[in-house]
Formats: sequence, C-alpha cells, structure tokens
Amino acid sequence: MRNLRLIINREYLARVRNKTFIVMTFLSPLIFVGMILLIAYLSMLNSTEQKIIGIHDESGMFAAEFKDGEQVQYLDYSDKSLVSARQEVLENEYFGLIHISEINSQFGKPDVEFFGKDTPGFGTIENIEKTISDKLTREQLIAKGIDVSEIDKARADVSVAIQNFAGEQSSKMSNYIKMFFGGAAGYLLMMFIIIYGNMVMRSVIEEKTNRIIEIIVSSVKPFQLLLGKVLGTSLAGITQFTVWVILGTVLLIGVSSFLGIDPTNVQTPASSAINGAAQPEINQLVIDILKLPYGSLLGFFLIYFIGGYFLYSAIYAAIGAAVDSETDTQQFMFPIILPLILGIYVGFFSVVENPHGTVSTIFSIIPLTSPIVMLMRIPFGVPWWEIAISISVLIATNFGVLWLSAKIYRVGILMYGKKPTYKELYKWLKY
Amino acid sequence: MENLLVAENIYKRFGNFTALNNVSINIPKESIFGLLGPNGAGKTTLLRIINQITMPDEGTVYLDGKPLHPNDIAHIGYLPEERGLYKSMKVGEQALYLARLKGLTKAEAKERLSYWFKRLDIEEWWDKKIQELSKGMAQKVQFVITVLHRPKLLIFDEPFSGFDPVNANLIKDEILQLRDEGATILFSTHRMESVEELCDYIALIHKSNKLLDGKVSEIKKEYKSNTYEVGINAADELALLNELEDKFQTGPARFKSIQEDLKLTIKLRENEDSNDLIQFLLSRARINHFVEVIPSVNDIFIKTVTQNA
Repeated sequence: MRNLRLIINREYLARVRNKTFIVMTFLSPLIFVGMILLIAYLSMLNSTEQKIIGIHDESGMFAAEFKDGEQVQYLDYSDKSLVSARQEVLENEYFGLIHISEINSQFGKPDVEFFGKDTPGFGTIENIEKTISDKLTREQLIAKGIDVSEIDKARADVSVAIQNFAGEQSSKMSNYIKMFFGGAAGYLLMMFIIIYGNMVMRSVIEEKTNRIIEIIVSSVKPFQLLLGKVLGTSLAGITQFTVWVILGTVLLIGVSSFLGIDPTNVQTPASSAINGAAQPEINQLVIDILKLPYGSLLGFFLIYFIGGYFLYSAIYAAIGAAVDSETDTQQFMFPIILPLILGIYVGFFSVVENPHGTVSTIFSIIPLTSPIVMLMRIPFGVPWWEIAISISVLIATNFGVLWLSAKIYRVGILMYGKKPTYKELYKWLKY
Repeated sequence: MENLLVAENIYKRFGNFTALNNVSINIPKESIFGLLGPNGAGKTTLLRIINQITMPDEGTVYLDGKPLHPNDIAHIGYLPEERGLYKSMKVGEQALYLARLKGLTKAEAKERLSYWFKRLDIEEWWDKKIQELSKGMAQKVQFVITVLHRPKLLIFDEPFSGFDPVNANLIKDEILQLRDEGATILFSTHRMESVEELCDYIALIHKSNKLLDGKVSEIKKEYKSNTYEVGINAADELALLNELEDKFQTGPARFKSIQEDLKLTIKLRENEDSNDLIQFLLSRARINHFVEVIPSVNDIFIKTVTQNA
C-alpha cells in the first residue's frame, strides 16, 4: 500500500508537471470559451442583419400578404416594369426579387420566380411558397362560395400530452433534454478515455524506453505499478477537468458580461425548437429538467466513468508494455477506438430513436460500449435489472481484462527490440 | 561457509524455449560470486528469478535459509543490465523515490543519498535532470540507488558495460569495499577479465545449463594440465629439443624475454611433477624461465563450452 501511494504520487506529479499538460490545462478553456463566444457573436450578427426583398406582383393579389419581420423587409415594385424592378434591386444590393405572374384562368396558379445574387435559404423559399399558396387557397375557397371564417373556427390544433403509466407527465422537449444529458455524459467519457488512456500508454512506453522499468519492478510488483499508473493518471485527469470546468465557467461568465454577448444565444435545432414551443410546454420542460434524477444520474455516471476508464486504461497499458515506441502502437489502436466510436454512434442514432430497442439494450450490456451507451440511456429510464446486469458484466470484464493486461504487462515490460504480433501477445499470456 | 543465497533446481521455460534447465547455485556469505556465460545463456533470467521479477516454473530460491518472500526485496539491491532513469525527473528526486520504494523513510533516504553523493563526488547533480548527464554519470547514480538501502545481497548484471575505465575502476573498488563491509555480491558478465580480479566463486551457464561452479582457485586447480612454460638456453638446441620431444609432450610457447631462448610448453605425465622436469633440464641447459601454466577463467570457459557443444 505504501508503495502504491508512492507510485500514484509520482505518476500524478509527473503528469501534472509536464509542460504540455500545463499548457493544455490553461489553454483549452481559453480556446473553448473563445469558440463559444465567436459562435454566439456570429449568430448575433446573423439575426441583426435584415434582408430586403423586392416584390413584383403582376396579379396584385399577393404583395400585401408579405409582412415585414425582424429579419426580412419587403418592398413593393409592382408598379414598375419587371426589367426596371430587377435593375433597382440589383443596384441597391437588396437580397432578391420575387416575381409573381398574372393568373390567367379562374382557378389557375401564378408562375413564381425568385431573382437573387445568392441562392436563398431553405426557410426563405418555404416562407414565400407558404404565403402565396395560403392566399391562393383562401381566394379559391371564397370563389367557390365557402365561408372562410367558418373554416378558421373549425381548425383544430392538437398537441399530445405524454404521460407514463406511473402518471408522470413529460413533454416532447424533455427528450431533447435527456438526449443532451446522456449524450454529453457519453461523449465526455469517450474523450476522457482517449486522452488519459493514451497518457497511461505513453507513460508505460516511457518507462520502457528509459530502461528504468526493471529497476522499479525489482522493488514493486508490476501489478502495483500498473495500478498506480492508472490511478495517478486519472487523478491528473480529474485535476485537469476540474480546472477546465472552473476556469471555463469563470471565463465564460466574465468575458460574456464584459463584451455583452449572450452565450445562450447560440442557435441550435434544439434551441429553435424550444423557442417555437408553446408556453405550457415550456413550463413542462422546466419541470422535466428539474425532475431529472440527478442523484442517480451522477451516481451511475461515476460508476460507468470509473468502470469504463479502468477497462480501457488497462488495455492501453498492456499495449504500451508490448511495444517499444509509440509508432508501433498503431496496429493495436484500431480495436480500442472502434468500440468507443461504435458506442457513440449507437448512442446518437439508436438510443435517441428508440432508447429501449434491441440494439440499444444489447450495446448497453456489452462492456466495451456499455459505459457510453448506458449513460445515454439512463436519462430515459432503464429498468434496474438491466443496469444491474450491465454493471455486473462491466465489473467482471474489468477484473478479467486487468488480469490479462497485467500478464501482458509483466512480460512486455522486459521485452525489447521486437514488434510483437497478436500471436505473440497470446503466447505471453501463458508465460 | 554458510550460504546467503541458494537456488535449487531452477527450471524456466518461455513457450518452447527453455531458458534455465535445472540450474542450482550456492552463494556463500560475504563473497563475490560471478555468474558467467555467453550472451543468451540464461544469466539475466536467473537474476530476474532471484529478484522475483519472474517466477521459476520449478525450483526454489532460499535467502538466509528461508524461501524467498516478497518482502525480501528490501534485502536485495539489483542493478539490471537494461538500466536507465526517468529522463524528465531531477536526479535527487528520483533517487529519493526509488530509495523510498525500497522501504527507506524520506529522512533516511536523504541522509544516505547525501553521503553517497559526496562520496562519489556527484553532489552538484542533485537538481539536474538525467537528460543533462552523460551515460557514465547516470550509471553512477544508478549504482548509488542500488546500494543505498544497504542490502545483504547485491546483484549486478554486467556492471561495467558502458563505464569508462576510470569509473569502472571506481565502481570495482566500491564493490570490493562493500564486500569487506559484509555484503554478498552476485554479478553476471561475459567479460572474463573482471572475473579474475574480483570473483571468489563462479558458476558457468551455457545454453540454459550450468556446466561448472565452485571456488575459483579450486576450479583452476582442477583445470590445470600439469603443463609448464620454460625458456632454456643450450649448446645444442636441436638435440635437446629432440630429446625433450621423446620424453614429454611439447609445444611452442610465447612469452616476452630478453634472452635468445628456446621457448616451450611442456606437459608432464600424471606421475611426474615439476621437480622431474627441472632435474632433467638442469643437466642439459640453463633455465631462464620456468612457470606453471595456470588456466585463465577465459580458458576454462572456452574449454568447457566447446567440450559441451
């Protein structure tokens, strides 16, 4: 135990004192905050910019239907000829010109054209089409002698209220929230595994290339060294993450209040969906956010975080022990990265679509992907026995992999000059 | 004499390859024991087994009469053949770390380190990083770390490789000094010159098997071939040579002398001794040079290895 503490201490200090580590610890929040502010600033620019679109309406039916909004202003050029209208829009550098032709027959449709410097966005076109077709539909209904006001009265808007069998209410929005929490947790775990797993591996390779390894294993058991390394590096990782979170928050709040940029102004599909939601839904959303089981979420996050990180670190350490230099690790990297990426993909495609489907369930039990996939599923509510199976499998695999890794590690650290194959690694297990 | 370390019938296999095949050695207390053998003979594997880095497939190692226990690492100091230090750590810091891993307290370790650093005149290196030191300098630091916790048994794997002659000599003197202070030393090498000077006992390992072991003087006695090297001066050298060839087994000899001698090696039969040869020569020639041919460890090594090939 005393030696384990000494090793953890050394590994921790070695990581934390490393110049690259220090630079990354303090630079990353800066870059991160800078990027968020840049995006927020750009979307602010985007929304303050007003487009001016000219309308040349030969039918005389639609020009009045286009209402000026925050982002678009319409100018009526219907009294001019099309040629001079185009000329004027071009000279004034307006965004574009809509040309609506005359309607020839009673139930005919006008030809609609858009002239512009650039191709207009999807939303702009949709808006134009909708305005014209709504007006046209109304006019045609009136022409057929139908009372339009009656239709308006009869229009029904249906919103599905979601409730589970226990009687808890939720909203469509809450799925976004759950997706966000689960996705963030899974993604964080993957990043942590890749960054700090690599650190463990490099530290093993360093001891091998420095030829200090045999001096150390004459004093401590290789397993102790392996454990100390993984623990020391993860402590350094937690330190770095803490600094990132604290520094990032302080910087974000400080700089944004200083520059007057609202970082929540970042436009995402989710945030525009929230903006479009009706008031009762937003109330429900707040309830949903508050109602998320934070205690168990944090608890499971820690369990899967530790379990997943240990599992992969042990593999990383074994790879480090097997090779002589970092360039030799390539052939072993792919099998590590693959399940991590698979976990993320399954999470973002399958879990979001169907959190309790077969694919999601299976991948949340396979130990190499379960930390990521299960973390994404948990906010949607997973039966306790599934979590129990998943955690048991993860823990059992952890012991198995740690045991195998320790064997490869024990042999590998004393082997020099050979680039091992998988076959040889298998042989080492039997030494 | 009592043995500090006994390795009994050690077997170690790696897959199909046998690294050690029934090897036993006994290392008497306060002696210097040389483990000899060509590269790849299995020396390092045996040393690793004694250090409990690798486990033997069969056989037991006893330290002070008891089977090795993990705690015994505190009584063993090991300088491996593949040795190095952390590149980015300061010399003093990692010396402290490695000493504490051996069970010393921080204060003890500091005190002893400052003693050794003074003794080897490397005090000013304390705050330097290893990458600023030369290879020989780093090896001095490693030597200090190996002996710092005053182990009963010191194990050096090829201790002199990489040292310049001055430092090699310095380390040799330190090893002898440690032996005189009561430590037992086991070192492995394939260089025979250092063995002649240092070792009291040797064991010879070749292709995973122990071919020979024992006290150096006794092994030499066993391997001497009753051969003498002579330099003689006679009136009729040709006649004398013919006479000698009739009576003994002779061969040419090479040694430096200021005389215009006839230089020969003469091997006696089993029932003859040096006096018989001297008597024979006395009446026929003037003897300028007469010495018994003692086999060097190198000769014994080569002879044994080729015999068993």
